[in-house]
Amino acid sequence: MEPQDTIKAQLLDAHDMERMLHRMTRQLVETFELDEDHADSLGLVGMQTRGVHIARRLQQIIREVDGIDVPLGVLDVTMYRDDFRMRLKQPEVKETRIDFNVDGRHLVLVDDVLFTGRTVRAGLDALTDLGRPASVHFLVVVDRGHRELPIKADFVGRKIPTLPGEEVRVRVQELDGREGVWLVDHQDSSASGGAPTDSTASKGDVSTGNGPTTETDA
Amino acid sequence: MVQRQKLMPDTTSTSTAEDTRQGLVHRHLLGLKTYSSDEISLILQTARQFRDVLDRPIKRVPTLRGVTVVNLFFEPSTRTRISFELAEKRLSADTVNFTASGSSVSKGETLKDTAQNIEAMKIDMVVVRHVSPGAPHFLTQCVDAVVINAGDGAHEHPTQALLDMLTITDHCGPLEGLNVSIIGDILHSRVARSGIHGLLAMGANVTICGPNPLLPLHLEDMSPNGSVRVTHRLDEALEGADVAMALRIQMERQGRNLFPSTREYHEQYGIKLEHLERHPDLRVMHPGPVNRGVELASEVVDHERAVILNQVTNGVAVRMAVLYLLSGSKPSAAD
Repeated sequence: MEPQDTIKAQLLDAHDMERMLHRMTRQLVETFELDEDHADSLGLVGMQTRGVHIARRLQQIIREVDGIDVPLGVLDVTMYRDDFRMRLKQPEVKETRIDFNVDGRHLVLVDDVLFTGRTVRAGLDALTDLGRPASVHFLVVVDRGHRELPIKADFVGRKIPTLPGEEVRVRVQELDGREGVWLVDHQDSSASGGAPTDSTASKGDVSTGNGPTTETDA
Repeated sequence: MVQRQKLMPDTTSTSTAEDTRQGLVHRHLLGLKTYSSDEISLILQTARQFRDVLDRPIKRVPTLRGVTVVNLFFEPSTRTRISFELAEKRLSADTVNFTASGSSVSKGETLKDTAQNIEAMKIDMVVVRHVSPGAPHFLTQCVDAVVINAGDGAHEHPTQALLDMLTITDHCGPLEGLNVSIIGDILHSRVARSGIHGLLAMGANVTICGPNPLLPLHLEDMSPNGSVRVTHRLDEALEGADVAMALRIQMERQGRNLFPSTREYHEQYGIKLEHLERHPDLRVMHPGPVNRGVELASEVVDHERAVILNQVTNGVAVRMAVLYLLSGSKPSAAD
């Protein structure tokens, strides 16, 4: 997790994640009527950073189960963000690489957590500058609520209602060395009050996922 | 509260491993002398991403929407000014151009008054070129805007050095341990000065080469522990070099004759086809505009190992990166 994180609960483990991603590939195959003849009608676009790894996983599962190669692109939305004037330091601009033609193709934007909706809003702007897809769908591992824009995901792994001050951390093996979804308390130095302040008391005991469990599923 | 985008250091294959998320330490870009290798790496890394934007059908991103940039050019410039202007436009910034001729400067207004008047019109960033070394630094003391040096006298030209370094890494890989020779009028060259600071910070080996009157008297300032090699012979400079950076002979800065003739200069210090044949891996760079037949033989300018036009493309990308990275720095940004 992050230094300021206090883990409240582990919501999904690696096995749950695997099953969820598998389920979502079934939804994709069905929605887009994927078969060998239609492999070229769809493109996955992973949003930096963890969305890329999730998208790659989906691509692998579809390849293994259906024998279809769905093209995969990588999108970084830093240049399109709207919080530019509110930051002290600019975030790192990461790679954007979409090697297939997006014109006329059905695209699925992939991200780990859907929260305010601002990231995917930026993602839509970025995609628009790259071409004119036939349609854009949105897939997330976790929808944690608190939207600030009229945005909705088409494929949701898990809906997890959260409280202010809580964060959802999706972690993937390739990047983080562990896999799963955690609910944490996040103490941002500049954050508003109201959240508990025992950030240094018990951090990082991931393996047991201890700490007070809160309401997770609804 | 929304910190999700920047959790934990990425030790991933999707980005290069350098942990550069600290951002730039500096608020302005006045010169490379005080920039660390981490900061330079961050600029170059960011520039690579912006360069991809230049290859797209829509070559514009909304990143600096609402940011106003003034290009203050007190000295003639074509490519640097156009390059900055394009970089600003590609980032959707609003730009205003100011040139000394035909402006209040020709009516006798001082630099400070000009700058403060322009700032009173609410601007965020100033790109400045001036004949006097230190003019950008002076500006930082009289305005709140972020200042970017586009060349001040014979002092520094940091964005040129950054685009040179980006071009070198494109063709030769990481700068550390590379041998770069800078050839020509080092004395009057802000490009050389910035280049030496940047290249040394990144761990490259720098050789400077030129006729004695065109080499600076006091090298210690640029070369803290004698790390810059000095030679008067072109053959020595090219031996083992990965990159030869030829500098323009600046007639306008000479004032007195420091070498006998341009023809003689070309004989002794001009890079010719035979040099490229003798050094099959050597790349040739030039900050432009080239005096064909003086610093470089005409065939060398058009040779495939002359990467002068790559430098120009990289110039826009590097300036986009600098504008982006510095645009976030506000003196009193609390949140």
